[in-house]
Amino acid sequence: MRIVAALVALLIAAPGFAVTPSEQLKDPVLEARARAISAGIRCVVCQNQSIDDSDAPLAHDLRVIVRERLVAGATDAQAVQYLVDRYGSYVLLKPPLEPATMALWFAPLAFVVLGGAGVVYYIRRRASAATVAPLSAADAAAADALLRQDRI
Amino acid sequence: MKRLLFALPVALFGALIVFFGYGLTQDPSHIPSILIDKPLPQFDLPGLDATSPGFGTAVFGSPVARGEPKLLNVFASWCAACPQEHPMLGRIAAEGVPLFGLDWKDQPDAAKAWLAQLGNPYARIASDPGARTGIDLGVTGVPETFVVDGHGRVRYKQIGPITADDWEKTLKPMLVRLRNEA
Repeated sequence: MRIVAALVALLIAAPGFAVTPSEQLKDPVLEARARAISAGIRCVVCQNQSIDDSDAPLAHDLRVIVRERLVAGATDAQAVQYLVDRYGSYVLLKPPLEPATMALWFAPLAFVVLGGAGVVYYIRRRASAATVAPLSAADAAAADALLRQDRI
Repeated sequence: MKRLLFALPVALFGALIVFFGYGLTQDPSHIPSILIDKPLPQFDLPGLDATSPGFGTAVFGSPVARGEPKLLNVFASWCAACPQEHPMLGRIAAEGVPLFGLDWKDQPDAAKAWLAQLGNPYARIASDPGARTGIDLGVTGVPETFVVDGHGRVRYKQIGPITADDWEKTLKPMLVRLRNEA
């Protein structure tokens, strides 16, 4: 019985969130939007956590700012832009396509193209080495003569 | 041709090593400021108490009214690296550089006690307990120091404590240059 109770407790236990109840908005729709936005914003103190996951005081401040913007009627994009205006696109966990991130976005493609060209070149060279050059007329005649000799 | 084909991947690999090696020398906690060459965001904050005036964007000059280039140092009494930087700030202020302090995410009383203990190098201090001005400035931690030119534009941001080296080699020459700028 105790084991069952423990298992049930485990099932209903929610994972620990950095978002404290006092930060949460009463409107569940706005709160859900705030959570979704926060999950994509980098905590500038701890860097590889989102502000939704981070316990850093500055992450708390940024979560509150996101919620304030939403309550003030901002769209998701506007709320994100508010933070990008202050911290740069560095606060976005998903890097946007801009001049500074071109290498990041296109280097994989460049490697595929370069590697593909290498493979194509290699295969072609092997294929051309394997094909036998056609016989010259003189060689063909010599071979015919040999074949005829054999038949006798 | 064959030799070139052999050299190409080796050269590419070498380039990658140089690129990643360069990446390893960079400190990822130094987030580039997007304020560089932009005007300081608008703010106007009170001082640490009723008797000491705070300051706002106006003290840094404007596009029309040119002032002296200044330093804006973000600090807090709870900041671990700030006491380490403090003697350097005293030295900078003693050299006659206008040094303004932003007390960030801090209680004014705690900051006053802290300054009473270590000395106050600031021309003026603005109190930002709500952290909003610091966030407008893109502050990620303390200490940080902005070099603001005579027209109120941010020209440089130092992240972390100012060392004697930073002052002599970077900040001081920059202030001299900004002072001579038209």
